Amino acid sequence: MSLDAAMPRATAPAILPGSGGLRGALSDLFWRRPQLLLLLMLLPPVLWLGIVYIGSLFALLLQSFFSIDEFSGLINREFTLKTYGDLFQAANLDIILRTVTMAALVTLASAIIAFPIAYYAARYARGRWKALFYLGVMLPLWSSYLVKIYAWKLILAKEGILTWLLAKLHLLWLLDGWLSLPVVGGNSLSVSFTGTFIVFVYVWLPFMILPVQAALERVPGNLVEASSDLGASPGQTFRNVLFPLALPGIVAGSIFTFSLTLGDYIIPQIIGTSRLFIGQAVYSQQGTAGNIPLAAAFTVVPIVIMGFYLWGAKRMGAFDAL
Amino acid sequence: MRSDRGQSAPLGLKIAAACGLLFLHLPILLIFVYAFTTEEKSFVWPPPGLTAQWFAVTWNRPDVWEALSLSVRVAAISTAIALVLGTLCAAAVSQTRFFGRETISLLVILPIALPGIITGIALRSAFALADIPFSFWTIVLGHATFCVVVVYNNAVARFRRTSASMIEASMDLGADGFQTFRHVVLPNIATALLAGGMLAFALSFDEVIVTTFTAGQQQTVPIWMLEELIRPRQRPVTNVVAMVVVLVTLLPILLAYYLTRDGDQIAGSGK
Repeated sequence: MSLDAAMPRATAPAILPGSGGLRGALSDLFWRRPQLLLLLMLLPPVLWLGIVYIGSLFALLLQSFFSIDEFSGLINREFTLKTYGDLFQAANLDIILRTVTMAALVTLASAIIAFPIAYYAARYARGRWKALFYLGVMLPLWSSYLVKIYAWKLILAKEGILTWLLAKLHLLWLLDGWLSLPVVGGNSLSVSFTGTFIVFVYVWLPFMILPVQAALERVPGNLVEASSDLGASPGQTFRNVLFPLALPGIVAGSIFTFSLTLGDYIIPQIIGTSRLFIGQAVYSQQGTAGNIPLAAAFTVVPIVIMGFYLWGAKRMGAFDAL
Repeated sequence: MRSDRGQSAPLGLKIAAACGLLFLHLPILLIFVYAFTTEEKSFVWPPPGLTAQWFAVTWNRPDVWEALSLSVRVAAISTAIALVLGTLCAAAVSQTRFFGRETISLLVILPIALPGIITGIALRSAFALADIPFSFWTIVLGHATFCVVVVYNNAVARFRRTSASMIEASMDLGADGFQTFRHVVLPNIATALLAGGMLAFALSFDEVIVTTFTAGQQQTVPIWMLEELIRPRQRPVTNVVAMVVVLVTLLPILLAYYLTRDGDQIAGSGK
């Protein structure tokens, strides 16, 4: 293209006139004032979440400071700390302690089962196997929660597959011995704390595998090799190199396993004993008992526990592993 | 973690990983066997016989169809709302830096970070305070709230990979804001949105805890199943429905995976 042909373009004004029409005017306005566009984009989601969600949470918190009139069963809408006094009765403290213990055990067990899967997927799986591992964790994660619980009801039932398997292996005495133990035992596995524990671990396990795998992916392979070159046994390498580097991932995963166990009320209701967990207490207080203030105060417990947990996790750098 | 040499894993590790994966998958496979059992009253193993008659029985149950239709409608509308809100939020957060940006991401994540029972009871008490009767829309309200985060996560990951200079180039070449959105931004984020939408649909379709608090008398599929688990009426029908639910949720997850597998972050890793 010759210079002459290019000239007319160069003489066109540097600033173009505004585009015509409403659409053009709007487009120009957004370009000139990006804050306006930002505001318009943020407004719908913030309004929705702010009003629907934060508003509801606030309403809930508010109600925990109301109290219930024991005779009429009506809610007395005056500020009081009486409901929190009720919360710290021995029976309720038992429920809280039981739930927190269960959450801690579930978290520990998930971490132990998750580690080999995550480690294998991060270090050894390649190509097709890597995808298979990934889907192998993802599909159970997204499978229906209730169907998973139902599957375990089938497995743990007295006439179910587990009893059948143990009978074939001549190990029924082991099951009977375990069931006769106090606290963890019961009539059958599907009505014992052991059953509740197994189902919790099963349902939340994928939530632990993914962040641990993400943390392990970031460990350079030559660190592990260097450790063994310098004479460490596999056990020492694990303790001093792998585990500390995987810890943020484990903590990140434990946020899910811990929080989800604290709030669940369906698993212990379907597979478990008649002794309550926090979620069940909330459910029965707001439903059959109609004591919304106490139910609200109960929900504050997991919120406070998770608040401290998240604060600790943040200090350990767990959020980078999410 | 990468090691350059093609080592093979220690046997113990292989066995532990394989056992872990089997532990995750065998229980779900069991559902498929039980859907064909002839036993009606108990969960006896091995099944005394196999039959396909329960599929026909389930097909003719109006309550199952009603629950299914409600679930699909709720999931579709919640997904649509979540797509709009999640995309807007992701676009705002990833394209600009502004005061309170961290707070916005926390706000989006909170509905699934806190246990579902808290979300559920909070919504229920808000409905009670505001005198809102339970309806189809109260279910949607709850579902859309926690579905936003799935769309948001997918969209944010994709926006992060889309370079801002592409948008600038489009504007330099004379496209206005709407044209840039239609011809540059949308094609770039389309698959991420589709994946996010699939996952939001699956999440809503499967949600039970929040729904028990916001549904009133209506039954979605999970509520129907929960009812059957607590007060069993016809166990074989539950078995069949359980199997169908597994298959129905399988498809969107696989699709979402294939839509985003080339990216650095794959859909579904944060439920």
